[in-house]
Amino acid sequence: MGIYLPIAEMSVNLFVLLAMGAAVGFLSGMFGVGGGFLITPLLIFYNIPPAIAVATGANQVIASSFSGALAHFKRGTIDFKLGTVLLLGGIFGSTFGVWVFKLLRQLGQLDLFVSLLYVGLLGTVGALMLVESVNALRAARKGDTTGLRRPGQHNWIHKLPLKMRFRASKLFVSVIPVLVLGAAIGFLASIMGVGGGFIMVPAMIYLLKVPTNVVIGTSLFQIIFTSAYTTIIHSATNHTVDVVLAVALMVGGVAGAQYGAKAGQKLRGEQLRALLALLVLAVAIRLALDLFVRPPNIYSLSPLVVL
Amino acid sequence: MAARQTGLATALLLLGCLAAGAQAQQPGAAVPAAPAEPAPQQVPAAIVESIQIGLSTDRISITSDFSGADLTIFGALDNADPLINRQGRYDVIVVLEGPMRPIVVRKKERVLGVWINTDSETFVSAPASYSVATTRALQDITDQNNFRQLALGTDNIYIAPLDRTGDPVKIDEFEAALRGLKRTSGLYSENISGVQFLTQSLFRASLRLAPNVPVGTHKARAFLFKNGIFVKESSAQLAIQKAGFEQTLFRFANTNGFAYGVISVLLAIVIGWLGRVIFRRD
Repeated sequence: MGIYLPIAEMSVNLFVLLAMGAAVGFLSGMFGVGGGFLITPLLIFYNIPPAIAVATGANQVIASSFSGALAHFKRGTIDFKLGTVLLLGGIFGSTFGVWVFKLLRQLGQLDLFVSLLYVGLLGTVGALMLVESVNALRAARKGDTTGLRRPGQHNWIHKLPLKMRFRASKLFVSVIPVLVLGAAIGFLASIMGVGGGFIMVPAMIYLLKVPTNVVIGTSLFQIIFTSAYTTIIHSATNHTVDVVLAVALMVGGVAGAQYGAKAGQKLRGEQLRALLALLVLAVAIRLALDLFVRPPNIYSLSPLVVL
Repeated sequence: MAARQTGLATALLLLGCLAAGAQAQQPGAAVPAAPAEPAPQQVPAAIVESIQIGLSTDRISITSDFSGADLTIFGALDNADPLINRQGRYDVIVVLEGPMRPIVVRKKERVLGVWINTDSETFVSAPASYSVATTRALQDITDQNNFRQLALGTDNIYIAPLDRTGDPVKIDEFEAALRGLKRTSGLYSENISGVQFLTQSLFRASLRLAPNVPVGTHKARAFLFKNGIFVKESSAQLAIQKAGFEQTLFRFANTNGFAYGVISVLLAIVIGWLGRVIFRRD
C-alpha cells in the first residue's frame, strides 16, 4: 500500500515503513538502545533524502526513549540532576549541530559528513564492544565474572574543577566533562538523527564512572529532551521533519519493541552486547561501501539551499 | 468548404480526463482557462490552422495513495486542410511543463578513495518536470533547429545557469547530467506516438505524471506542425497540489515550522506512552 509523504514529497510503501519500524523496534527492545543509528541509515537506503531521514529519525527516537524512560522512572533508576546537566550541554551541541547541518547542506557535503560520522563512530563503538564482549564471553566460559565498573579507579576527568555532587549516581565530579559529553551527544543527535545512546552509555560508564543501573535511565531521560529539541529546531529551520513518516516508524517500532525485549531476556548480557556489536559493525560496513564504491551516477541533484 | 471549416471550430471539443490515482477536484469546473485563439470571424483567404486544448479540471490533488497517474488531454485542430490531414502531414506535440525551480547539480570525484562531491553548477530555473507526447518520433516531425528555437523536447528545454559567464563546456556537461537524472527519475519523459488523432480534427494526448511529480502550477502546451513547419501553439494551466491533509501539513510545516516541530514531539511522546501502556514489558 502506497503512502504519500507530504514533506519528503514522495510515495513510499507503508508496509515497508511499518516493517522497518518493527525490525528496529525489535532490536532496540532487545538491546535497550534507541535505534536511531539504525533507522536513519535504513531510511537513506530506502531513498528518503538524508536531510529528511535525519530530522525524522530524531523525532522517532523520542517515542522509543520516552517509552523506555517511563519504565526506568518507575524503577527510580534516573538521575535527574545528572540528566539535566547533560541536557544543558545537549542544547548547545544541538543548536550548533543544526547550524552545521544547514551549512553542509548548502555546500552539498551533508551526505558525506553524515556517512563519515556513521562509519567512524559505529565502526569504533562496534569494534570496541565486540572486543569487550568477546573477552567477557571467554571469561564467562572460564568461570570468573568481572563487572563493568571498577570503583575507586579515577582518571584525569576526576581532577577537573567545578565539582558537583550527583546523589542518585553517588558521584562527585566536575560539571565540565558532563557538559561536554552532553554537547557532543546533542551535536551528533542533530547531524546523525540519533539519540546518541550508543555513545552516551559507554561514555557515562567508562569516563564518568556512573553506576550501570542508573546509566540507561539517565541516558534515555536526556535523549528525550535532546531529540525533542533537535526535532523542533530542524523543523523550524530546515522544515525537514516528515511527521507521516515518523508516525509510521513509531507505530511499527513501539509494537516491535515488546517482542524484542522478551527475546532479549533469553540472552545473557555479554551475548547481547556481542550481537549488538556485530549489528553496529554491519551498518558501518554497509555505509562505508557507499563511500568507497563507485556510485552508479557520479552526478546528483539537490535543491538550492540558501543560508 | 470554408463554412464547413468554421463549423468545425465551433464544434470544438474540449475534454480532459485523468486516470488512476489522482483525484480530480472540482470536476464541475470544466473548460477552464483553456485560452486564447478565438476562432477567426471571417476565414481569411489563406487557410491558417490553429490548435486548441482543454482540461476538464484546472486542479489535480495528490492524495496519500498517489502513485503516479496518466493525464489525458484532448484537443482539436481548426481549419485543418483535409488533404494534408489525409496524408498525415499534421503533427502535434503536447507538453506538460512543471514549475520552474532553481537546482544544483553536483559531481562526485574520488578523493583519497572516498567519493566526494567536488564540483557543482547551479541552474536558476529548470522545469521541475517535463513530459512530452508526440504524434511521431521527434526527428520525423521537424528538424533539430526548429525544436531548439521552440525550446521543445527534453533535450532542448532552456535551462539557465546561475553563472552565465562560466566555462561553457562545464555548463554543458552539468546540464546534460541534469537532463539525464531527470529522465532516470521519470520527471522528464517523452511519449512517442502518445498523441493520436481520433477524427480528422480531434486528438488525444496521453502524458505520464511521475509518482514524485512536483506540486505547483504546471503548463500544458500544444504545438501544431504542418509539413514540418511550426504553425500554432496553445496552452492551458494545471495546478497540481497536495490533497487536503497533505497540503495542510506541508503548508503548516513550511510556514510555522516551530509549532509543527512541537506537535511532532508531542505526538511522539503520546505514541511512546501508548506503546508503554499497550505493550507493558514489566
